[in-house]
Amino acid sequence: MALKLTDLKTEVHNDWCPGCGDFGIEASLKMALTEMPVDINKVALFSGIGCSSKLVHFTNAFGIHTLHGRVLGYAQGAKLANPDLEVIAVGGDGDGLGIGVGHFVHAGRRNIDMAYIIHDNGVYGLTKGQASPTLQLGMQTKSLPEPNINSNINPIMLALASGFTFIARSYAYNTRHLKEMIKKAVAHKGFALIDALQPCPTYNDINTKEWYGGEDRIDPATKRPMPRTYDLESTGYNGRITADMSEDDVDKNLLQVIEKSREWGDKIPIGVFYQNETVPIYEERIRERSPNYLTEPPAKQQLAKNDGKSVVNLANLSKGLLFESLVLAQ
Amino acid sequence: MKWTAVSVHVPIVPRTNDVAAQSATTRLREAKTMSRAIVKVNDLSWMTGGPQGSGVDSSANIFAGACVLGGLWTFGLREYYSSIKGPHSYFEVRVNSDKIRSHVNNVDVLATFDAETLIRHADEVAPGGGILYDPTFSNIEIDKVDTIETPVVLRIKARLAKQGLPGTVTGILDESRKRGINLFPINYNDIIVKTAAQIGEHQLSKLSRIVNVLSVSASFAILGFDETYLNQSIERAFASKKKVVDMNEIGAKLAYEVARSQLKQPFPFQLHPIQNQPRLLLMGVESIALGKLVGGCRVQTYYPITPAADESEFLESHGNFDISGGNNASQKGSILVTQTEDEIAAITMATGAALTGARAATSTSGPGFSLMVEGLGWAGMNEVPLVITHYQRGGPATGQPTRHEQGDLKFILSAAHGEFPRIVLCSGDMEESFYDAIRIFNYAERFQMPSIHLIDKGLANNSMTIPPPNADLVPIQRGKLIEADHQGNGEAEPYRRFAFTQDGVSPRAVLGMPGYRFWNTGDEHDEMGHIEEDPDNRVKMMTKRMTKLETAAREIPEDEKFNFFRSSKKQADVTIVSWGSTKGPILDAMKLLEKDGIGVEFLQIRLVSPFPTGKVKQKLAGAKLVIGIEQNYSGQMAAVIAEKTMIDVKNKIVKFNGRPMSQDEIYQSVKQVISNPAQNRRVVLTHGA
Ligand SMILES: Cc1ncc(C[n+]2csc(CCOP(=O)(O)OP(=O)(O)O)c2C)c(N)n1
Ligand code: SF4
Ligand SMILES: [Mg+2]
Repeated sequence: MALKLTDLKTEVHNDWCPGCGDFGIEASLKMALTEMPVDINKVALFSGIGCSSKLVHFTNAFGIHTLHGRVLGYAQGAKLANPDLEVIAVGGDGDGLGIGVGHFVHAGRRNIDMAYIIHDNGVYGLTKGQASPTLQLGMQTKSLPEPNINSNINPIMLALASGFTFIARSYAYNTRHLKEMIKKAVAHKGFALIDALQPCPTYNDINTKEWYGGEDRIDPATKRPMPRTYDLESTGYNGRITADMSEDDVDKNLLQVIEKSREWGDKIPIGVFYQNETVPIYEERIRERSPNYLTEPPAKQQLAKNDGKSVVNLANLSKGLLFESLVLAQ
Repeated sequence: MKWTAVSVHVPIVPRTNDVAAQSATTRLREAKTMSRAIVKVNDLSWMTGGPQGSGVDSSANIFAGACVLGGLWTFGLREYYSSIKGPHSYFEVRVNSDKIRSHVNNVDVLATFDAETLIRHADEVAPGGGILYDPTFSNIEIDKVDTIETPVVLRIKARLAKQGLPGTVTGILDESRKRGINLFPINYNDIIVKTAAQIGEHQLSKLSRIVNVLSVSASFAILGFDETYLNQSIERAFASKKKVVDMNEIGAKLAYEVARSQLKQPFPFQLHPIQNQPRLLLMGVESIALGKLVGGCRVQTYYPITPAADESEFLESHGNFDISGGNNASQKGSILVTQTEDEIAAITMATGAALTGARAATSTSGPGFSLMVEGLGWAGMNEVPLVITHYQRGGPATGQPTRHEQGDLKFILSAAHGEFPRIVLCSGDMEESFYDAIRIFNYAERFQMPSIHLIDKGLANNSMTIPPPNADLVPIQRGKLIEADHQGNGEAEPYRRFAFTQDGVSPRAVLGMPGYRFWNTGDEHDEMGHIEEDPDNRVKMMTKRMTKLETAAREIPEDEKFNFFRSSKKQADVTIVSWGSTKGPILDAMKLLEKDGIGVEFLQIRLVSPFPTGKVKQKLAGAKLVIGIEQNYSGQMAAVIAEKTMIDVKNKIVKFNGRPMSQDEIYQSVKQVISNPAQNRRVVLTHGA
């Protein structure tokens, strides 16, 4: 039976502020889920702590709302124990790039087959608007007593340096685009990041819906706003690395990612910056060690016989520690 | 599971075609005829030492392995610095014809191959004992050995000066001779040169590593223990490396002859092989790893830390194992061992894994556990059956990274903000920790709470000979886990992960189970797992969670909560209360105390949360004299006892110098307390190098 959007609704009251970009991300995710060939019983959503992380309670799928900055730990642990799960992690920019940035980097090194959506709103929404790691130096959003004293993290570049094999950006209110990005991220074999630009109307009065939409920039010809985001693909950009590429071509491609990731302000690229399926996923690396891993992952191994006795052959297991008395015979 | 029994009926007789074996019997006969001169048979404390990384561990393991092959029982004390190469480490192996569980203060045979070990430990050798040493080191001056700390140098030099002896290795040797210690010079270099010639190796440096095996072999020569056991032990240790086996065996034979030729009369300590069942020789980290695998642990996460990491490494190197009777056609099981970026990732990944129904654990030590604390609370809030194996070492901060302490008890009991139930189980020795490693997963799943297996460095790193454990004694119990093939919950009502129940434990579904959708959150939540701040719900949820602790207290059998030992004397003169690896030396000391006519009871507390309040009260309330023995400054278990039972443990024996308690220390200090309890409220033990 095809999954409908209404199937994904829960009874939980949604307490996001009116006009919050999180609504767009929630809607895009739900649309993507209904359009993807996934079994909703196998979908496990994980989130950290922040406004954005409440998303899992509003979605009728297994939903694990964890600790601030630790969503990737929980999500990766679940995926590794049961690789049949379709694991999707979501969280704030403070969550993933501030307190949790160590896990972000190391998730790239592992390249587990799952997707991760960062709600990038430039602020710490839930703690009332402090600067998040993606807010640029010198910016002073509404509730900052002083302009931001730190430079920003560039999530695209950091992801590239960390070994992520799918790196995309989208915009919360471009739900059609974001939905497609989510579908691609989930379909990607490896660790996939979506940097979802998300207006926070309550605390970020700089990167607003109007700003992204270019309402301050009216095209003199059409008399219409010129949106700041533009689709990478429409420019002929292709961030895909393939097995048959030469080292040189790979290098060129990587430089192109860096170049595009630096665009901001009046021209903000959205779309797939980088995709590389030539890197083996972590699950495959485990299978090389334990050939049964994918068919008999940790979550599916039978531990005991019917009488409760362990299935493990302890005698064989402890052979290296067992000393039989040596008998000197004639 | 079956253990192949060895043919123990064959009498131990020499192989006639083996000259060495023949001479061994001759010696045995000699030894018997001169039995008046022989003080001890199969009751030995042997020590080796050397720079870290020089093979001290492997020589001690080869020594112990040979003893176990000869049917004897061993206990090994392993002491090392927090560094990789250079500083001094030592290993004491105690050997006996009966099971032993601790080390002693005195050394009977000190087998050295460097000057430092001789300088540091010569004074621990008891009169009548022996020292093996390299005579080419005689002129070394003590203050030139730069890995010995200045205070130690000064202490030793002052000791020698008082006796009019020079501050050199010769001074140490003279002192030892005066004290009635037998000295055995072994010119290791000579032996290495001869070995090299025999195997046709021109590069002597390639053979330098055999020096520790040479000292082991020389030890066995003076102890009258047949070389065959050593050769077998060498072959086990270097199984895959034929050349290494050869050079060690050839060298060992030469060293054996050199040492033997110096024996003018039988050495007062002898080792005789005895017939015995097959047994395991292992460290605590290994017994716990075995228990984990048998107990169904299939995910282990860790961030490297001493002394916990050895356990994860054992698991990883035994990552694929044989199973029988499982659902898997290839009859192979596997554990996923993941090294994480930090301990926060370790605990959160293990928790995520546990949500899928896999039995999952993480292992750590003090600094790592400190980082895990927030994750512990989340697991408590979400009733996740997460297992943490915590190896205590000297704290606070990095403290004494490689040294023993039981200083984390109160921290483990209260770590994380807020209130939530947890299981805390402390094991006392290698055997117990094997079974407890299985039980802790059963508790975690039955009572759905984070469960901590509390171990200490002494248990982790010391080695012991134990009978092969019987895994069937602790069947796997998964509590209210919903069967995987249960399709849908079949009710009109949706599944509620945190449904209120009488015993506080709710039926547990896992991620991916059709029909059992659930939510988790670190926030207070309703039965579905959604955030809920309603005060009435809060009271009900808190009560539900905390009720599980009462359920655990009710359902866990008494013999898993504590051990109670008593000597045969009816009236107990003293009741010892303790926990963790002090169990071994206490049990061994009890035998000595009993010989002195002192009646001893020993309450070993294993389950600290939930605490067996009623029983502890009962055991301690009527006691004539209670002594709390533990390895920390303040007496943390005594404090817990006071909190739970209002009983004040007035007499304490504590130790916090980083070295585990010995049998002798406990024997002596208990007698000291008994002699005058009021004058000996707190005895601080200090033995150990
Ligand atoms: C360890 C810890 N420190 C601090 C907090 C407080 N806290 C809650 S949400 C949050 C920031 C959220 O910002 P972000 O991750 O960007 O999410 P957003 O609310 O913007 O969606 C902080 C600091 C916490 N929950 N845990
Ligand atoms: S504070 Fe900002 S991010 Fe949070 S719900 Fe309100 S608008 Fe959204
Ligand atoms: Mg944010």
